[in-house]
Amino acid sequence: MTRSDRSDRSDRSVVLENVTVKYGRHEALRDVSVVFPTGAIGLLGPNGAGKSTLIKVLLGLLPPANGRMRVLGYDVSESPLAVRARVGYVPESDAHIPGMTAVSFVAYCGELAGLPRANAMQRAHEVLFYVGLGEARYRNVETYSTGMKQRIKLAQALVHDPELLFLDEPTNGMDPKGRDEMLALVRDIATTKDITLILSSHLLPDVEFACDHVVVLHKGAVAAQGPIATLKRASGRVFELRVKGDEVRFAEAMRAEGLECHGEPGDAMRVYLSEDRSPQLLFQLAERHGVQVRHLRASVPSLEDVFARALGEEI
Amino acid sequence: MPIHDQGYQRYSGDRTPRGRAWWVIARTGIIDRLRRRRFLALLLFAWSPFVVHAVQLYLGATIVRAAFLAATEETFHTFLSQQRLFVFFITIYAGAGLIASDRQSNALQIYLSKPITRHDYIGGKMLTLALFLAGVTWVPAMLLLLLQFLFSGSLDFVVSHPRLVPAITLASTLHVALAVMTMVALSSLSRSRRFAAMLYAGLVIFAGALDGLLERTTGNPAWVLISPQNTLLLITDALFGETPENAALLALAVAMLAGVLAACVFILERRVRAVDVVA
Repeated sequence: MTRSDRSDRSDRSVVLENVTVKYGRHEALRDVSVVFPTGAIGLLGPNGAGKSTLIKVLLGLLPPANGRMRVLGYDVSESPLAVRARVGYVPESDAHIPGMTAVSFVAYCGELAGLPRANAMQRAHEVLFYVGLGEARYRNVETYSTGMKQRIKLAQALVHDPELLFLDEPTNGMDPKGRDEMLALVRDIATTKDITLILSSHLLPDVEFACDHVVVLHKGAVAAQGPIATLKRASGRVFELRVKGDEVRFAEAMRAEGLECHGEPGDAMRVYLSEDRSPQLLFQLAERHGVQVRHLRASVPSLEDVFARALGEEI
Repeated sequence: MPIHDQGYQRYSGDRTPRGRAWWVIARTGIIDRLRRRRFLALLLFAWSPFVVHAVQLYLGATIVRAAFLAATEETFHTFLSQQRLFVFFITIYAGAGLIASDRQSNALQIYLSKPITRHDYIGGKMLTLALFLAGVTWVPAMLLLLLQFLFSGSLDFVVSHPRLVPAITLASTLHVALAVMTMVALSSLSRSRRFAAMLYAGLVIFAGALDGLLERTTGNPAWVLISPQNTLLLITDALFGETPENAALLALAVAMLAGVLAACVFILERRVRAVDVVA
């Protein structure tokens, strides 16, 4: 199949309808319905939220107990091979094929994905240069550092030129410089290479840097979804608040007043005020409950606020 | 310009039809093993009985006083029996890491995230080993038959022994199938190729020794069924025309062999997955 054949397929989205996945009695995904648009989509959630499970079920590696999924217009249950021919997958854990040099490994993955042998080898060289491993492409993968192993996982996922890329925690174990470079690559793939990507991570800055949309998973269910900019606006006005006194009781009082607040005890709280409420209310509440306001500053809504509100974290 | 802007282009070339991944896997496995000198030496050494038998056939066909060396069905039967030792070593050397090494490096999720099925993967791995084993059993046995024809200058021997070609083919197939299925299944049980090798060696040697011991002490030939390798010998003997003392035992041996192969299929179905589900 050539690129021109593929461009006839207009459906490039990922759709899940009432998908439930069980490991024994444990429900890893609970009745998940979500549409991933094209572009760069972040899949956020704490550890154990079901992010990796969702990717594996979309690849057809795990059967769902219930529900339907469509990837790039294909039903995953009916045509898992057609789906996997068009997607790339960067697994979370260290994964490689033993005893191979980087270029052999990536070319081999290209052949497995359906490229003719000579083309796979040519693509392997190109992709290894693209991910920054050009100079190390004749080294055995087992001698690579953690950061290099993350890059080669990206290379093997890109070699067959997928239309959709699943990245499961791609910056795990990388040093700050390597992480920045990896995120730059991820952003470049989504913005200039016309490849839709779903980036699973529990690192909010990674998702905020690389993605435009976000889906937040919590305990196997979708807790929030939408464009990051829209979700941030929905947070309303955000204030950083630090008080002296019984923080927990004060937080409960704020909630009783209908205010939302998140944060760790001893740290600055983040308090959300709707447009119709004044910050003066915070001082009044503090006076009423015998706590002293030490710090109150208007803040910029961040993805962290979206995440915290979606998860319903409380002090 | 950062380096990542230099190389990547969208791919507009051809794609091969689906369903050939098993051959890609097998070919890569074969090339990988042929790069190892010790394995090459083992393969060459495995052909030494062939050379001896070839000389025997030549002498038997060309020198009248050496007519006692001429080919019989037993020549080929003996040859295949001798090759069992090499089948054992090649199975361990080329087979122990087939799946165990992939499990150790989490390669299964790389394989199975590509457009291939688990059967493609298992088939490719099995073919890797099967081709090497066929290369030291069926191929040299058939070459010996060809040499017999060339040395004697007639097809009389083949014509007068019509069951020889099927017997060689079936016996070789059973030897290869048992070794491949058992080794690949055991390899899928572990993340260590050494452990898989020890399991296989233990199974072959221990079961064989136990069979010998129990048969000798009890006098009951049915104990052969506890050793898959010895059970296979019983079947091979029958294929080459040796009438079994006990027909029921032969039937049980066939059933036992089928059971072992079915158990291997069951293990592979359970163990070769991209996601290990621990419920």
